[in-house]
Amino acid sequence: MKKQILSSILMIAMATSLSAQKIPSVDLKTINGKIYNSSSITNKGKPIVISFWATWCKPCIKELSAFHDNYIDWQEETGVKIVAISTDDTRSMSRVAPFVNAKGWEFEVYCDPNGDFKRAMNVANVPHTFLIDGAGNIVWQHSGYVEGDEEVLYKKILELKK
Amino acid sequence: MRRKLPTIAIAILLSYSGFSQEEGETRGQFSGNFQLDGQTYVKDSLSGAEEAPEDVLINAYGNLRYNYGKLTAGIRFEAYLNTLQGISKNYDGTGIPYKFFNYKNNELEFTVGNFYEQFGSGMALRSYEDKTLGIDNAFEGVLVKHNPYNGLYFKGLVGKQRLFFSQGPGIVRGVDGEFQLNEAFKLDSMETQITLGGSFVSKYQPDNNPLLKLPENVALFASRLNIQNGGFTLTSEYAYKVNDPSADNQNNYQPGQAIMTDMSYTVGSFGLVVGGKWLNNMSFRSDRNARQNDLLINYLPAISRNHTYSMAAMYPYATTLNGEAGVKGEIFYRFKRNTLLGGKYGTLVTLSYSRVNSIDTTNLPMFDSLRPHWNRYETKFLSVGKERYYEDLCLEVQKRLTSKLSSIFTAQYTAYNKQVLEGKDGMIEAFIFVGDLSYRIRPKHTLRAEIQFLETKQENGSWLAGTLEYTISPNWFIALIDQYNYGNPEGDKQLHYYMVRTGYTRGSNRIQIGYGRQSMGVICVGGVCRVVPASTGVNFSISSTF
Repeated sequence: MKKQILSSILMIAMATSLSAQKIPSVDLKTINGKIYNSSSITNKGKPIVISFWATWCKPCIKELSAFHDNYIDWQEETGVKIVAISTDDTRSMSRVAPFVNAKGWEFEVYCDPNGDFKRAMNVANVPHTFLIDGAGNIVWQHSGYVEGDEEVLYKKILELKK
Repeated sequence: MRRKLPTIAIAILLSYSGFSQEEGETRGQFSGNFQLDGQTYVKDSLSGAEEAPEDVLINAYGNLRYNYGKLTAGIRFEAYLNTLQGISKNYDGTGIPYKFFNYKNNELEFTVGNFYEQFGSGMALRSYEDKTLGIDNAFEGVLVKHNPYNGLYFKGLVGKQRLFFSQGPGIVRGVDGEFQLNEAFKLDSMETQITLGGSFVSKYQPDNNPLLKLPENVALFASRLNIQNGGFTLTSEYAYKVNDPSADNQNNYQPGQAIMTDMSYTVGSFGLVVGGKWLNNMSFRSDRNARQNDLLINYLPAISRNHTYSMAAMYPYATTLNGEAGVKGEIFYRFKRNTLLGGKYGTLVTLSYSRVNSIDTTNLPMFDSLRPHWNRYETKFLSVGKERYYEDLCLEVQKRLTSKLSSIFTAQYTAYNKQVLEGKDGMIEAFIFVGDLSYRIRPKHTLRAEIQFLETKQENGSWLAGTLEYTISPNWFIALIDQYNYGNPEGDKQLHYYMVRTGYTRGSNRIQIGYGRQSMGVICVGGVCRVVPASTGVNFSISSTF
């Protein structure tokens, strides 16, 4: 049985001409509680950064704070848009909007309380950051955050400009 | 029949992938992830850590997803050879417990196979997975979502829930509707946004009890409301469950009720959250005999905050499903740059409070043969009992001191009624202080030092803990951790729990290895907890997303 599945997968892999992964279509919630489909995340042909985080995750907050410190410059240079996906569930979802506001973050923020988008993007742990090019292809991703990682991301964004 | 599902899904995939070459536009995409966690176990008579007869235990899984236009299919292979200590031994073995295919267009979506779903806040229904807790109550069945008009959303599902590598005995049926008024009536420009919702969930399980007449179908109704205006948001949900005698409530025939309300307000750099929760007899499982985290249909999160520092999280609280009354409040405020308290970079201050009590109940006479359908006690809606279950007050200050140095300071009070919640050790009161400093030595090199202090006279007494972490972006980290239980009332248990850990990250690939002694503790995510036994040995993990 398992052999059958494996051989089927191999066959598909060979039969399909693969393309880069795009943003999957999943229902998210806006911080006001409205349904918002992930396929609506666009940036007029400019790059997009999607970062999975949670209010209880310290490295996530460090990462987004580092993005925040650079956001104005990055936007001027590359037109990049940053989208923060909160994986907080019902327990802490009501903290997201006041927390983001108090932090002064100007990112687009959506909530993924049951991990549907997280699963569709194959994220195992937060923080996890994706870079999407102007055509909507996922071109780079990174899991975890240590200080300085924002420079690596920015280099990748600049590479898209070329 | 069940075993044929992946083959069918793959057959469909195959036929679709054939098209991709002809059309050329939409192409198939594969993606997935992989994670492996392992640990060796040696006996450590001091900490009480047990050895494993297998020497090394490994948990691993891999997800594979395939997307072609409106169609998605996926499988997950899981291996527990054997499962890590602290995760249920029922997981031992390997299998493909997760497989599905899904079709989605603008109006209609259906999923057959395994799926996760949440209605409203989850109070009526939530299936989810959390690998660190060993929780996975995915449904196997059918899920349909329909969006006939703008602002109107329907969901319906039927399925059985995952129980390790098998399924629970009960069948779960559920429907949910959500009505976004402003979208429906094209009032998007209106300042006030209103969403209404309602759920109906029912479970079926045959009655095999020779003594009692147990209800075979148990229904739960829930309704919810979300109002938003500018920075103000109110979210509330109420649920009512008909009689559901179970192992959780010792065959109590009383109906269950729950209400949960959160209100938040934010303006400028100020934010406020207040919330309240009351519930009675609300455990809802697809097997009335299930315990712990098995086969829960609904989700009732703890009202307390999810603390991240290890000492602050020493005494976590999980919802008491049989009844509790709780409140919470939290204030966020950022002192702006170039003010007295804000300094050069601004200062974020967070003050949070939560408290959970018992509900007020009056016991009814014990069971007798004349009263087979027994209510164990009486209670009034929203009544608050005298017993304190949990309380915490936490002040946190996040401040960047210089361009290279940033800091977080936390002071916390926690009270945890271990006597009532776990049946031993009385009421624990603890004071916790945390200082966390990060210093960027060079643009890519950072040294982080964390010091934590927990003061308590109860249970295992006081702790002093320190962490030193050195990171080199974007690839390396090394961390030294020591947690010293110097206040343990038993002298030979005043141990150092030390750990050294290093890891390498490149893109989305991570490899991590550590060695040390871990104390017995509790890991909690979202108010659901699992006990982690004491362990000593080498631990390692590998993860990747592709």
